[in-house]
Formats: sequence, structure tokens, C-alpha cells
Amino acid sequence: MTTQSVSEELLRLKNVRKYFGLPGAPWRQAQAVKAVDGVNFVVRKGETVGLVGESGSGKSTLARVATRLLDPTQGSVEIGGVDVTNVRGRKLRPVRRKIQMVFQDPQASLNPRQSVGTILSTPFRAQGIRPTRAQLVELLQQVGLSEEHLERYPHEFSGGQRQRIGIARALSVKPDLLVCDEPVSALDVSVQAQVLNLLADLRDELGLSYVLVAHDLAVVRQVTSRLAVMYLGTIVEEGPADQVYSAPAHPYTKALLSAVPVPEPGVERDRIVLTGDVPTPIAPPSGCPFRTRCYKVQDVCATVRPVLEPVHGSTEHRAACYFPEPPPPERTR
Amino acid sequence: MSSSVAAAVSPTRQALRRARKDRSARLGAVLVVLLVLVAAAAPLLVKLSGQDPYTYHLDLLDPARGNAPKGALGGVSSDHWFGVEPLTGRDLFSIVVLGLRTSLTIAIVVTLVTSVVGTLIGISAAYFGGWYDAVASRVFDFLFGFPQLVFMIALGIIVPAGFPRWLLLILVLSVFGWASLARLIRNQARSLVAREFVEAARSVGSSGWHVITRELLPNLLGPVLVIATLAIPGYIGAEAALSFLGVGVPPPTPSLGRSISDSIAWVYTGADPWFLFFPGVALFVAVLGFTLLGDGVRDAFDVRLRRTT
Ligand SMILES: Nc1ncnc2c1ncn2[C@@H]1O[C@H](COP(=O)(O)OP(=O)(O)OP(=O)(O)O)[C@@H](O)[C@H]1O
Ligand code: SF4
Ligand SMILES: [Mg+2]
Repeated sequence: MTTQSVSEELLRLKNVRKYFGLPGAPWRQAQAVKAVDGVNFVVRKGETVGLVGESGSGKSTLARVATRLLDPTQGSVEIGGVDVTNVRGRKLRPVRRKIQMVFQDPQASLNPRQSVGTILSTPFRAQGIRPTRAQLVELLQQVGLSEEHLERYPHEFSGGQRQRIGIARALSVKPDLLVCDEPVSALDVSVQAQVLNLLADLRDELGLSYVLVAHDLAVVRQVTSRLAVMYLGTIVEEGPADQVYSAPAHPYTKALLSAVPVPEPGVERDRIVLTGDVPTPIAPPSGCPFRTRCYKVQDVCATVRPVLEPVHGSTEHRAACYFPEPPPPERTR
Repeated sequence: MSSSVAAAVSPTRQALRRARKDRSARLGAVLVVLLVLVAAAAPLLVKLSGQDPYTYHLDLLDPARGNAPKGALGGVSSDHWFGVEPLTGRDLFSIVVLGLRTSLTIAIVVTLVTSVVGTLIGISAAYFGGWYDAVASRVFDFLFGFPQLVFMIALGIIVPAGFPRWLLLILVLSVFGWASLARLIRNQARSLVAREFVEAARSVGSSGWHVITRELLPNLLGPVLVIATLAIPGYIGAEAALSFLGVGVPPPTPSLGRSISDSIAWVYTGADPWFLFFPGVALFVAVLGFTLLGDGVRDAFDVRLRRTT
């Protein structure tokens, strides 16, 4: 792995849509919730991709489609270069070994009636393997827990410890890619950093790649190499994390970032306050989904939905906006 | 095992511990154990008493009082612990304990069958959802709203006499009984299926069977236990009611329901109220015991049973 180390593709979502029909009305698809509405998304080996957006923007749904927990309404899911959109049931097991999910709510994601040992054995058993005690202990140690925790039940642990158990379960099948759905948002602020550090350590130790879902840009700032910003089921901006942070091109990203305190002293950002509510995903606005709240909106924004296009002269950094923010003037040193 | 820390306790065990501390649950448990012991040992007890439920003792009856038993308390004596039946003079103790055995056996078998079937169908409907759930829910509603009693009376008349009645009772009560349990369990399971641990199990490649039996079922054992325990008195009552109406177990097999049915006239005229007393108390204690136990288990597991979706 020398020159080609960045090219191996772990996950590719092509034009993925996920619509949820209203309960009991499959024939009223016009009324469907358009949770994910046309997303292209790639994760390569070694990357940690941050996926950020407000509540309801479709992050969890996208994560579930990517991990094949939900079937996409449209589009395709490729894992490790193989199209697995139509793979189901038993045949999904090899796929499960490549991509795993860490869930948002560590309380809800652990079965309250199972001991930690049973929880950690489940992935092995699903693959038809009987795990040894040593294997389970090793998993626990990987996430900073120890053998004495094996016989305990979830209610005996703190939130942070529970999330460690969730991570250990995901690691048990030795995946290449871990999709973490807001892995720390349910935890105390003091514990969040510990769990994020654990994820970073595991990445270095095991060569893992991540998709890190967050609604808070500050949380993922230190750990992500690339960033994708979601709004109403679409990705409105993506690019190398430092470029997106220092020079957001989409008005929505800029607004989100203006709410984040700037770590560098002396640098000020104008706070952009978003007005209005997020439109319902049942009937998103025509054209640009952000136009009902955008401070730069023009007539053209209501016509056709803008697509992701390179900005700031970088091929990696792209935004879906007719009037992207210009790159910042070169700072004098 | 190498852990020096106090052994971890599963939530199910904790709930059972709580149930054991609950006074009325304990009373219920004692009554239930007692009844089950009596029912199990009924033939032995009858032998001990030196009687049987079939022999007529016409000499113990008083023709002047319409063949009501001679003596106090319906003819209670050292030979006939609960006295004798009016008109026939058969030993009432034998009839009550053997009748209890019949009632409990039918009720418990029906409860076991309906619990297993109802639980599996209820959980799977919640887990798989879609058309399977839709069809299952329709079936629950249909069976739930069905006029069972009328149907069973009709069936009791139609089915040839050669077909064993106890089996017919078990079959019919089971066919109609599983639906209400399945519906309650389905509604409980619906909220569980949405929990992330179900997705977590699926995401590591677990089969549907694994999710249903290992992930969902352990979380529903509390509700199932509660519903089943509370269903038993219902089935005891149903068996008694059907025997009362003459479509239950046929004579001369003892049945609490039939004895109670037969006794009504004797209570009405005041000739022999004790004929109702002994089988009535047995039935009452059986219903009470299982109800107290069921309530206790429900509190211990903190189960709230919602009837609607
Ligand atoms: N199973 C479902 N059935 C119907 N609608 C759903 C379902 N799951 C999600 N949705 C809807 O899809 C939209 C996107 O939800 P999603 O959970 O993906 O958002 P999110 O970005 O993860 O939000 P959060 O930050 O609150 O977790 C929301 O409007 C939500 O109500
Ligand atoms: S396309 Fe128009 S409405 Fe949308 S973000 Fe850009 S300027 Fe705002
Ligand atoms: Mg979410």
C-alpha cells in the first residue's frame, strides 16, 4: 500500500432515495416522507467521513440504507465494490462482515435481557461460529472494558460504557467500515471525548474507516478527514474537512458553522441566524431545498434543484448552490 | 466466573424476586401450588378417603326432604368429608377433587397451547409486519369478536358423542383463545421491534428466527407470563360454564361446573346449599389463586398491557 492507498472504495451510494410511505397507505406515495432524496456518497479506505445535518435531515436513514438495514426506494448500494442493493437474507452475511453500525442510543441498542457475553456472542453465532471466552474478552479489552464485565447486564453500565459495548459488538465481525450514527450525542459531554478518542485509537490500531454521523459540527471536527452536509435528504456540500470548515461554500453550511465557536483567537465569524422551520420532507420546496431559509435566495433557486459542483477551484470540494460563497481572501501571514 | 464482584442478576430474575416479596402474589402462589397438588394427587386423595365418585349411597339420603342428604352440612361425616350429592348420594369430596383435576387440566393445557401459539404468531406479526401482520391482525379481530359460547354449544351438539369431550373442549378453547394473547403480544412487540437492539441484531447478520426467539421473546416473557396466568381463571370459568350448560365433560366424569349447575336447584329451594358450597369454594379458590398470582407477576414485571395499537 504505497501510492494507491486512498483508492480502495469501501462504500458507494449511487443516487439513493428512501421514501417512507405513510402508514397503511402504500398507494399514496405522493404523501411519502422523502427521508433521503437522491444522494451520491463514497467512502474510501482510511477515510473518516463526517455526515452532518439537522435533526430529520435523513442522516440515520442514509446510514441504515448504507448498512443494508433498509432497502433503498431507488438507487444502488455498493459495498467493497460489489453491488449489494438486491442481496437479502442469508446472502447478506458476508456483506455484514464488511460494514457495521454503531447506534445512536446505547441504551436502546443493547438488549436489556441479555448479558454482555450474550450480546457479544450474537455476531459470531450469526456467522455460525461459537466464540471462545478469550475472543469475547479480547473484544472487551479493545474498547477499554475487562473480563469482569462479561456476565453483567446493560443496566449495570454507564452510558459511555454501553456505547463501548456497542462498539465492541460492531468490531466482532472485523469490519472494514464502521458507520457510527451519532455515537456520542446521547452521552454526557465529559464522556463524549473519551468515546471519540476510542474511535480514533481503533482506527489507527485496526485500520478502520468511519462514517461519523453528527448533528453538531463541533463534535466531529477533530476526527474527520472529509465532511458531507445534509439538508432535507440531500447532500448540499462535501469536501475535505479543513476546506469545508475554513471556507464553507453552501449558505447552509456557512450558517451551521457560524453557530460553532471558532477555536482560533482573534478570528471572528458573523453569526448567521437561520429563520423559519425546516420544510416537511413530505413536500420539499421546488428547486433548491434550502431556498425557504436561505439569505441569498434568488428566483432561479426555485426552478431546478442545483447539483453538487466543484467550488473554490478544488475538485474535491463541491456544493449544490447557484450562488456559492466565494473562497476567503488569502490571509496575510 | 473469575469475577470477584457480586454476581450479576438478570432483569427477569430481579422481577421474580420482586414477585416473591409481594404478599398477595405469595398468597396466590401458595393457593395455586396447593390446588395443583390437590389436582395432581386427586386419585390418591380419593383412595385415601376410601370413596369414589361413582357409587350411589341412597341410604344417606332423606326421602322426606326430596332426597337431600341426611345430617348437617350436606351430610358431612368421617366417611364423606364434604358430604354427599343429593339425589344420588355420591361422595362429594371425590367429585370436587376430581372435578378440580378436570378443570385445572383443561385450563392449563389450553393456556399452554394458546400461549405458545399466540406468542409466536404475535411476535412474528410484529417483526415481519407488512401483509402478514395485516392478515394476522384481521384474524385476531375475527376470532376475538366471534360468539364463542354459541359456537361451542352448537359444536357440542353436532360433534358425534364418540369424540372425547375433554379434547373437544381443549381444541375449541384453544382455537378461540390464542387470538387475544397474540394481539396483546403483537402490540407489545411492535414497540420492541422499533428499538435499536433489534436492528443491531439484524446488522450483525442474525436470522429472523434468532431475533424472534433470542432478542424479542426474552423481553416479552413477563407479559406472556402475566397474560397466561391471568387467562387460566378465565379458562377454568369457561370450562365450568360449558359443563354448566351441558356441553362440557359428560357425566359421570366429575366436573366442578356441572356440579355447580346441578346444585343451583338445591340452593334455590334451600334443601341442600352445601352442594353448591364445596365445588363453589374450590372454583373460587382456583380463580382467586391464579388471579392474585397473575396480578403479582404483572406488578413485578411492570407490565402495562395495552389493548389497542
Ligand atoms: N421508519 C420510518 N418511517 C417513516 N418515516 C421515517 C422513518 N424513519 C425516519 N423517518 C422520517 O424520515 C426523516 C429523516 O429521518 P432520519 O431519522 O433519517 O433523520 P436524522 O437526520 O437521523 O435525524 P436525527 O438527528 O433526529 O436522528 C424524518 O422526517 C423522519 O420522520
Ligand atoms: S441555490 Fe439559492 S436558495 Fe439554494 S442555497 Fe444557493 S442561493 Fe440559497
Ligand atoms: Mg438520526
